[in-house]
Amino acid sequence: MQPDISVKHLNKTYEDGFQALKDINLDIYPGEIFALLGPNGAGKTTLISIICGIVNKSSGDVLAAGHDIIKDYRKARGSIGLVPQELNTDSFETVWNAVSFSRGLFGKPANPDHIERVLKDLSLWDKRNNRIMSLSGGMKRRVMIAKALSHEPRILFLDEPTAGVDVELRRDMWQMVRKLRENGTTIILTTHYIEEAEEMADRIGVIRNGEIILVEDKAQLMSKLGKKELRLHLQHKLDEVPGQLTLEPVELSEDGYELIYTFDAQQQQAGVARLLRTLGDLGIEYRDLQTRESSLEEIFVGLVHE
Amino acid sequence: MNVYGVKAIYKFEMARMKRTLMQSVLSPVISTCLYFVVFGSAIGSRMGDIGGIDYGAYIIPGLVMLSLLMQSISNASFGIYMPKFSGTIYEVLSAPVSYFEIVLGYVGAATTKAVILGLIILLTARLFVDYSILHPFWMLSFLVLTSITFSLFGFIIGIWADGFEKLQIVPMMIVTPLVFLGGTFYSIDMLPEVWQTISLFNPVVYLISGFRWAFYGVADVHIAISVGMTLAFLSLCMATVWWIFKTGYRLRS
Repeated sequence: MQPDISVKHLNKTYEDGFQALKDINLDIYPGEIFALLGPNGAGKTTLISIICGIVNKSSGDVLAAGHDIIKDYRKARGSIGLVPQELNTDSFETVWNAVSFSRGLFGKPANPDHIERVLKDLSLWDKRNNRIMSLSGGMKRRVMIAKALSHEPRILFLDEPTAGVDVELRRDMWQMVRKLRENGTTIILTTHYIEEAEEMADRIGVIRNGEIILVEDKAQLMSKLGKKELRLHLQHKLDEVPGQLTLEPVELSEDGYELIYTFDAQQQQAGVARLLRTLGDLGIEYRDLQTRESSLEEIFVGLVHE
Repeated sequence: MNVYGVKAIYKFEMARMKRTLMQSVLSPVISTCLYFVVFGSAIGSRMGDIGGIDYGAYIIPGLVMLSLLMQSISNASFGIYMPKFSGTIYEVLSAPVSYFEIVLGYVGAATTKAVILGLIILLTARLFVDYSILHPFWMLSFLVLTSITFSLFGFIIGIWADGFEKLQIVPMMIVTPLVFLGGTFYSIDMLPEVWQTISLFNPVVYLISGFRWAFYGVADVHIAISVGMTLAFLSLCMATVWWIFKTGYRLRS
C-alpha cells in the first residue's frame, strides 16, 4: 500500500544551528490514526510544519498523498488539512466566513452544503454568524478544526488538538476523529495526553531530540514494552522476601503485607504460575490478588528517559 | 492557477475595508478635505497661479498622491502583517497558493482600496476646488500604477516589520516627508537651484509631476521620465518581493 505520508532522510537545521530533526524516516498509511508522541521540543511541530509547507526542510524528501511537497506542492498541500497547536484565528471574522475563506484558499469552489455539514458535525452551526472573538477557547478550537476540514482533505494533522479543552469536548473530538477515519481520512495527531493516543491511535511514533526512536502498532507496543504487576495481599506479615522467591522480580511492600511481582506482559503465564506454586509450597497464604497493566504513558515515559 | 485562493485572500481583505469604513475611507477623505479647505479655498485664493494653474487646483494631484501612497502602504502592510502577528499566516503558507497568487490577493486588494479612495478624494475635491483632467487615461494609469507600486512597497514593509511601531515608521518618517518635499504644494522650479537638484533624488517628485501632467499638462520633469521612474520603482519592489518569497525571509524559517 502506498503511504499517504512518506518521509525519507528528513533533516532540519535552523539558522542558529539547532538541529531540530535528524534523518527522519516515516511512512503513514491511508486511513490510519497515527499518534506522534514526544516531549516538548522533540521536533513534533517542526516535522508537521515541514510536511505542511510552513517550515523549509534542510534535506530529505517528503511526499504527501504521493506528491512531492516542493515540486508538486499544490497537490501535496491540497490534500492536507492542518489544525495547529496555537489558537490562531481571525478574531473579527464570523465563523462561516472564516471557514469559507479556508476552503477558497485551498482552491475549492464554494460549497455551502459542505460547510454546513462540517459546522453541524462540530456543533458550530448555531455560532456560524458569531464573530470568532466572541467564542470560548473550546469553540475556537472547533473553528480551527472546521477550517482544516473545509477543503475535504485526505490527510488531517492535529497538533495538540485537545490542549486546554474540557473533558466533554475532548470526548466529542475523539468521536469526530474516529468518524473522519471511518470516512477514509488519514489522521496524524500529536498530543501531550497519552491517554488520547492510547484511546485513538492505531500506530504510535515516538520522537526524542529530533529522532524517531520508535514506530509501532499500538497494541504490539503495549504488549511488547508494557509491564504487568501482580499484587498479592498476604494473610500474615512477612519481614523479608523469602529466599526461594529471589528468582522472580518480587518486592515486599513497606508494611510487609503485600508482595509485588512485576513482569513483562508477554511472559506472564510462566512467571505467575511459578510464583503462585512457590508460595503454596512455602505455605504463604494470601487473601486477595490484583493485576494491573502499565499504561502507554508509563511506556512513553520509560522510552523518552532511556 | 489557484483562482479561488486569490479570490479568498482578495475578498477577505476587502471585507476588512467594509468592516472599518470609518478608518479606511472616512478618515483619509476628511483629512485630505481639510487640506483642500485650508490650502485650496482659504489660503489658495490669496496665492498666485503656478504655471497658469489656480493654486487650489495645483495642489490637488499632490494631495491625492499623498493619500494614495499612504493608503497603499498601510493597507498592504497591515494586510500581511496582521496574519503574521495573529499567527493565521500558517494557513496561507500551508495552502496550495503560489507566491504570485499570494501577492496578487493581498496587493490586489490594497491597490483596489487605494484606487477607490483616490477616486473618492478626487470627487470630494470637486466640492471645494474647480479642476480639470486633461489626460484622463494617463491620470487613471498613474493612479493605478502608483497604487500597485506602493502596495507592493507596503507588502514588503509588512513582511519586514516585527512590531506595530515599524509598521508606522516608513509611512510616517519617510513617505510623508518625501511627499511634502516632492512638490505637492509647490513647483520644483520655485526652489533654489541646489534644492532643485536635491529634489530630483526624491522619487515622489516624479510621481506627483507625472500625475499633475495628467491633470493640467504641466510637469516639473518630462512625463516619460516620470513613467520610467515609477516603473523602475515598481520593478525594484517586485524584485524584492520575489527575493522575500524565494528566501522565505521572515515568513518561512
